[in-house]
Amino acid sequence: MITYVVIALIVLFFAAFYTGRSRAMTVGGGRAANLHSLPSQHGLFVALMAAGPALLLLFAWSLATPSIEASIVESRFADHLATLNLPEKQAFIRDARATAFGGIAGFPNEMKDAAAEVFKSAHATSQWVAAVLALALAAAGFFLAHRLISPRFRARHKVERIVRVFLILASVVAILTTLGIVLSLIFESLRFFQQVPIYKFLFGTHWSPQSAFTGAGQEAGAVNEDIFGAIPLFVGTLLITLIAMIVAAPVGLMSAIYLSDYASKRVRSIAKPVLEILAGIPTVVYGFFAALTVAPFFRRMGEGVGLDVASESALAAGVVMGIMIIPFVSSLSDDVINAVPQSLRDGSAGLGATKSETIRKVVLPAALPGIVSAMLLAVSRAIGETMIVVMAAGLAANLTANPLEAVTTVTVQIVTLLVGDQEFDSAKTLAAFALGLMLFCVTLVLNIIALRVVKKYREQYD
Amino acid sequence: MTDTTPTEAGSTSLHTNDAAKARLKARYAAERRFKWMGAGAVALSGLFLVILLSTIVTQALPAFRMNYVTLPLNLSAEQVDMDELSSTNFSGIVNDAILSQFPSVEGRQERRALRGLVSTGAPTLLRKALESGAVEPGDTRQVALPLDDFSDLYLKGLVAKEGRREALASAPEVATADGEATLSFSDDVVVEIARQAGATEDEGVLRLTSGASSLLLEAEGQIIKLQEVQPTDGGATATGLVLLADAPQATGEAAIRIVDTPEAQRKFTDREIVWVDALKAQGLTENRWNEIFLFSGASREPEMAGIWGAVVGSALTMLVTLALAFPIGVAAAIYLEEFAPKNRLTAIIEVNINNLAAVPSIVFGLLGLAVFINWFSFPRSAPVAGGFVLALMTLPTIIIASRAALRAVPPSIREAALGIGASKVQTVFHHVLPLAMPGILTGTIIGMAQALGETAPLLMIGMVAFIVDVPGGFTSPATVLPVQIFMWADFPEPAFQQKTSAAILILLGFLVLMNAIAVILRKRFERRW
Repeated sequence: MITYVVIALIVLFFAAFYTGRSRAMTVGGGRAANLHSLPSQHGLFVALMAAGPALLLLFAWSLATPSIEASIVESRFADHLATLNLPEKQAFIRDARATAFGGIAGFPNEMKDAAAEVFKSAHATSQWVAAVLALALAAAGFFLAHRLISPRFRARHKVERIVRVFLILASVVAILTTLGIVLSLIFESLRFFQQVPIYKFLFGTHWSPQSAFTGAGQEAGAVNEDIFGAIPLFVGTLLITLIAMIVAAPVGLMSAIYLSDYASKRVRSIAKPVLEILAGIPTVVYGFFAALTVAPFFRRMGEGVGLDVASESALAAGVVMGIMIIPFVSSLSDDVINAVPQSLRDGSAGLGATKSETIRKVVLPAALPGIVSAMLLAVSRAIGETMIVVMAAGLAANLTANPLEAVTTVTVQIVTLLVGDQEFDSAKTLAAFALGLMLFCVTLVLNIIALRVVKKYREQYD
Repeated sequence: MTDTTPTEAGSTSLHTNDAAKARLKARYAAERRFKWMGAGAVALSGLFLVILLSTIVTQALPAFRMNYVTLPLNLSAEQVDMDELSSTNFSGIVNDAILSQFPSVEGRQERRALRGLVSTGAPTLLRKALESGAVEPGDTRQVALPLDDFSDLYLKGLVAKEGRREALASAPEVATADGEATLSFSDDVVVEIARQAGATEDEGVLRLTSGASSLLLEAEGQIIKLQEVQPTDGGATATGLVLLADAPQATGEAAIRIVDTPEAQRKFTDREIVWVDALKAQGLTENRWNEIFLFSGASREPEMAGIWGAVVGSALTMLVTLALAFPIGVAAAIYLEEFAPKNRLTAIIEVNINNLAAVPSIVFGLLGLAVFINWFSFPRSAPVAGGFVLALMTLPTIIIASRAALRAVPPSIREAALGIGASKVQTVFHHVLPLAMPGILTGTIIGMAQALGETAPLLMIGMVAFIVDVPGGFTSPATVLPVQIFMWADFPEPAFQQKTSAAILILLGFLVLMNAIAVILRKRFERRW
């Protein structure tokens, strides 16, 4: 239904454009010079007025109606829903929606089928209303704009204003995204911190939210505050990040130095694409590689020297993550090293220093702030990396600094808490948002520091 | 200036004393070391790439082919009612066909194992073939059906390590009773073979337990699994289990086949090995291109699982992402680069975009879950929801690349356009934007390639649901390639390991294609001013 209306509106857009254009030519007496704006600008104005508001209406309508439909169903089935608790209520709405519009319904029953019927009829009504409204709006816009066409009408100014508004709106999307992230994370985290005190979350050392409601002697719905201590996750994240940086920092930095100061053109033409390919491989592939090749390899190696290496060791995840970050470190350091002015290198060479002495004693100190910020960005990348650790690191929250044991990370826990069946109001799922907030804050602070350092540093030489 | 020309080597060197020479040598050595360290770092990255890719490619290749077995099926009118195919017992037909190949096999467990050689998806395929007319009903129809995943892996040589085949100089005497066989050998070759196979020796008797390599004796049309070997004077006696009494592969000379991998270490029994070999010896198995993998949806059965559903899901998701991210990203870049006044708001937007580019992708998943799924009630697991989330994620990449492309257009173009009376909007849209387009498209393709490989945010919005059907539209439940890889990597069946690698290869293929297009665009249309 809505699809057809959208297609009709698109057709209308072009039709309106041509009608508007020919109308403008007629009004101008066949000479474009008699008009203030070009005929095509008149046409564009009519087209935008006809299709624009109607399309906007449909977009807003399709965003708003699902929740309105849900509330209609809720009010219709209020008696039945009153007997259910919150997760069951949500499951009821979800399953009814799935039954009505095609999807995976968890446990269909008669009540849900009835609700699905209500959903369907509400949806049909809303679509009719939307279609009629949109078409009416389109017609009104078309006739209004069509009547406005006259030699003195400033169509170009109107069109350009519309275009500018669209451009501004597009760049506001970025702000809205950030706002959306911050607000949704803070909102859900606040709900979490109402159930679990923030200090227990930040400083607790025991993490096992999967057992949140099965603890012995727990009342239904009561939250055991002591199992949401996130310290083991932070330690695990830091451990894996540290291992990753031990791999990535020297290798990445040395390759950047080699490629910028030593490598011949031929070597560079091979090595650069290699690094780009490494950077372009999806993280899920690295995860598969870590879980299937690297982890068993470390395990066998450990057995060889008599060490007990867990099959989901922090070492395997960390090393593979390090490999993933190498190109990132390398390309950032490359930029920084190349930004060091040639005069510094020439001066050092003139004093008789060898190339490596120049690099170690002149270039690197000069590039140090930039390199530090590159490393900070790499750390923030490692902290936020998800798939490698989800596939290769463990799930159990061990508080340990031993890289041969299994540890878990913040991102792994977010994924495990939110994948699968879930109730949106339990402390368990809300905990994921609190972890997400931590993750967002830490990476944001690291990025801001890094960008500041880079900016400050660049100003010195430009 | 002429009198300092060196005459003889060494005599006029700057470094006259030995200590200076030693220092110089040390400095040059340090120089070399440093250079080699750099080269080593680059080589290490290359090595990682080679290991990664070669592991995946070698694992993936077997998954592109698959073994079928051709069985005579009884599709006569009393078995198959063409008007009511859904009520036909196709599993019964397939089971009868495979059982009829081995009339000597008795016993419930063994018959069940035998039925298990053919894929559990075979009845469904048979029904579809009848529906589409690819197979005509009739009394005995030779139809190729997919083998079960383990049989398939065995035929590909991935389940058991195949050992030698030792021909016996003189055939043993065989006496069978109740499926047990007693053998007497006229020489003691078999004793040596049993020792090498890792038999445990106990009071002069060599026991071949399930921890030892399997010894399969082929003689007189029978295949006997040796269990105990006892050396006698100049010869040996042995007892064993008759695995197959009428084996087509055992009609020749007597021989012992050694399967190196012990039975306890594989999920494919000796009996199953013998059966599959018998089918192979009759020329009933066939290795074909794995069309099921390429053109069908997901399944819990490894041999039935395909990638097509995920490919379609990825395509739909990418369409939504492109439709949203490209216009919005380019528009934002145009505004920031060409129109925006230098004020606080613009500065905030710029910082914002830079920070958004570095936000971990999983956070975008949380945003999608909280805003799109919970608030706007987008359908879970649908390409629309995934597309919206990925669009927000790629937006910064596209904006940054587009801004760079716009900035590269020299001001003279703008000034010329403005000079002949174009408005600001006309200047940008008629002159600057077309010139910046190659750069913008390159950035967009790279952003889309990133989005195509992204997994974590899609896990948050439920695209991990197990979906068998190929998605039909933007709102139907779907999964995407990287998520499919993630799910398959978790499945315990060994056949899924190859499927996962093959899916990775397909994903990488798409990424290579996209990046190649980006490179070509850059090479052909990039303009240096």
